[in-house]
Amino acid sequence: MKGRRVTDDAKRSGFSRRSFLRSGAAGALSGGLAAGLLTGETAGAATDAEAAETVGPGPVEVELEVNGVTRRLAVEPRVTLLDGLRDGLDVTGPKRVCDRATCGACTVLEDGRPIYACSRLMIESAGRSITTVEGLGSPDAMHDVQQAFVDNDAQQCGYCTPGFVVATAALLARHPAPSEHEIEAGLGGNFCRCGTYKGIRAVVAGGTGGGVSGG
Amino acid sequence: MADYSWPEADRRAQIGARPARLDGAVKSTGFAKYPSDQNPNGLLAAKILTCPHAHARIVGIDTSAAEAMPGVRVVQVIQGEGSEIQWAGDEVAAVAAVTEDVARDALRAIRVDYEVLSHFVTEEDRDGAPGARPAGERAEGDPDAAFATAHRTVERTLGMPQMAHMCLEPHGQVCSWDGDELEVHASTQAVSTLAGQFATELGVPASQVRIRTEYMGGGFGSKFSPDRWGIVGAELARKAGAPVKLFLERDQEVTVAGSRPSAFARIRAAADEQGRLVAWDSDSWGSGGLPGTGQTPLPYVFSRLPNRRTRHTSVPTNLAGSRAWRAPNHPQACFLTMAVLDDLADELGLDPIDFLDRNLDLTGRPDTYREQLAIAAEMASWKERWQPRGREREGAIQRGLGVSVHTWGGRGHSSNCDVTVHPDGAVEARIGSQDIGTGTRTIVAQVLAETFGLELHQVRVSLGDNVYPQSGPSGGSSTVGGVTASTRRAAQDALREVLVHVAPRLAAEPEQLVAEGGRVFVDGDSSRGMSWREAAAQIGGAPISVQGRNPGPGRLISSGVGGVQIAEVEVDTDTGVVHVERMIAVQDCGLIINRRLAESQVYGGLIMGVGYALYEEWIPDPVSGRLLNADMEFYKLAGLVDVGSLEVHMMTGPGYDERGVIGLGEPPVISPGAAISNAVANAIGVRVPYLPLTPDRVLDALAGRGGPA
Repeated sequence: MKGRRVTDDAKRSGFSRRSFLRSGAAGALSGGLAAGLLTGETAGAATDAEAAETVGPGPVEVELEVNGVTRRLAVEPRVTLLDGLRDGLDVTGPKRVCDRATCGACTVLEDGRPIYACSRLMIESAGRSITTVEGLGSPDAMHDVQQAFVDNDAQQCGYCTPGFVVATAALLARHPAPSEHEIEAGLGGNFCRCGTYKGIRAVVAGGTGGGVSGG
Repeated sequence: MADYSWPEADRRAQIGARPARLDGAVKSTGFAKYPSDQNPNGLLAAKILTCPHAHARIVGIDTSAAEAMPGVRVVQVIQGEGSEIQWAGDEVAAVAAVTEDVARDALRAIRVDYEVLSHFVTEEDRDGAPGARPAGERAEGDPDAAFATAHRTVERTLGMPQMAHMCLEPHGQVCSWDGDELEVHASTQAVSTLAGQFATELGVPASQVRIRTEYMGGGFGSKFSPDRWGIVGAELARKAGAPVKLFLERDQEVTVAGSRPSAFARIRAAADEQGRLVAWDSDSWGSGGLPGTGQTPLPYVFSRLPNRRTRHTSVPTNLAGSRAWRAPNHPQACFLTMAVLDDLADELGLDPIDFLDRNLDLTGRPDTYREQLAIAAEMASWKERWQPRGREREGAIQRGLGVSVHTWGGRGHSSNCDVTVHPDGAVEARIGSQDIGTGTRTIVAQVLAETFGLELHQVRVSLGDNVYPQSGPSGGSSTVGGVTASTRRAAQDALREVLVHVAPRLAAEPEQLVAEGGRVFVDGDSSRGMSWREAAAQIGGAPISVQGRNPGPGRLISSGVGGVQIAEVEVDTDTGVVHVERMIAVQDCGLIINRRLAESQVYGGLIMGVGYALYEEWIPDPVSGRLLNADMEFYKLAGLVDVGSLEVHMMTGPGYDERGVIGLGEPPVISPGAAISNAVANAIGVRVPYLPLTPDRVLDALAGRGGPA
């Protein structure tokens, strides 16, 4: 199997502003647009009035595992997992399309379960393990589902594809030979504009399951 | 001098084959970097403030609070005091900031005072439209006399609303300046023409504007220009001295970045006792937002109908201007025409396929349609399964079959392609085209590989960059013809040069040599040959580089296709819910380069067609003038389980291939609305006059009410 297996013991407390302020947030970030990265000039709200269960509105440090690598970054609590991945960590496989839990282009696995990354705050994913489409396989070593998307031409412009691949992999991991109802439940939350459902149907019918953890 | 042609059928290794798209792996692994994925160092995020009113005048704008916010780099007023805004969603100001959220915060801090003016957004109400204007009237023959003596006449008022392109990658770009040089990663269908448009607006030479589009997330006719947000993005980047990413938010994408014009019409059509069409009278109107819209081609396909009168009224509304939508005007014309003809067939007591068949001499390609109707009917078991209206079954669930025909042009556009053969045997094409998801990269590679007798992995295609030779925008189904013709000409010329070098070594004339199966050899005697690599080594130290052009000599491409589609639906007459059980497409398309990708285009057209037939519409609120569904929850696309079984028959092979390559992206999306509407009418016995066929409209029709559009 080429999919990654996820362990549950990663559910640490996840983030703390205090440790973030000590560590110096900017150093944890790669190039590009920092999701909610607020350097001194924007972090004016930061005070020590730190209630036990309150974070923000300034940036907080988040640590999570992304495609098998532990990543740390500082984000405002309002930053979604999707924007944190794309803008903060330059993990751009998941796409922002509807940005409100309808289209599925941002689907990722969180501890093995498919979720809409646009509708999760990054701080909610702290301490968890995220697998994006890039984590399932690479062009030279594709996951079976990715290979099946190529073989069945289940993509045109390709913008919905990362979400569909992750959702399909999760569906087939749970139901290697899914019923119509299971297909509807597993893939009804993903939309394609070019019209590639015929190919995606063929991928599902091919039953290229096994290889995705969880689900 | 040179003869440019496609290889004979028995000598084709690549043309007509089914290779997987070359960028399939990078797309399905998320490694493909789209314009919206570009994250250069120092990147700023930009957002646009839009007007919430459908019609207003700006009486004051104050950006000072936004400018003072930490993290805000540039605030730019796009339309200032005194500007008259004509649609909700029009751009008023823009902000570039260190993060998207800071930019959004800054937008909220901009204060704009508007004088709100009256608006109009409901174009189906032509009589209430303040700006409605005549937009063409034409008559041929004597329609009044023909109607007076006709055997049967039907009159219908039909329509379909405006709908959105709904590109999944929103419109936008990342702009970076290096001195006076601008680089734009743009989500565009027009790599080669965009630079000039940016340059004009920005006051820099076009030679200093680089456009890059390696991948892009859908256009469907809406991504041909930089747009205001493109220019603003470049200006923000210039002012900030940093790269700026500006992609529209989803509500903006739906509201301002692309819609298909609506079409409504009151139509009369008549036939004689033999079921021959004798008269047509249509009074149509529609809107493409503020500019209104021109007339769709009525009567569609049956354009030689003898006695006809057409009138059209353009209805401007306070909505953003429409854009070319996959097969502009054709889906509307097709629905309006085929629904009326279907109802007329019912009035005549004729099977609609029989009725269409009796009138094919009124079309531009009767033989094609006749053959296609027969094939489609066979695929659908039409003769055994079709029943006239009024023979509904017991219970709530009714089934029906509907048919439609369509046409398109699809001639290849202007295209230049550089093909280079290196002495080590490497072969590459460079072409300023773009792969918008149709597979352009792959088909260019197939033409290269075919011409040089190589495998796909042995050739390289570079596109999506305006440093390559100009190739036309991807619209009108013109790309496949354009790029394959320019590539083939360049490749044939380059190969001839190679063969001139090789011929002496084989004691042959260049004209005797062929390149096939990785070898160059004397045609008919493969023992007199050498490997491709050895052949390429004969050219000397410098590569051979040749440019091919389209248009050009040789019979490589043509235009003009027909298509027939049949829909089978199930309608729940208790709930009004329509489900498409099956779609059959018979599509004429000339020579196919990649069978798999060609079929994908047809499947995609059918699926998009199910979407606009059943679900998709802009819903403007008459009170506020805003769209009520500028999102993806209430602007509904067809999903995986909504599209039923899809079957495609391509008219290809001997007798078709000789026409050469013809574009295919658009024709399959034309007929679904008509075919599905006709199938619903067949199922429930009455016409649902408007698309999309939502439950409320179906129930209204069943109850004998016209219902709202």
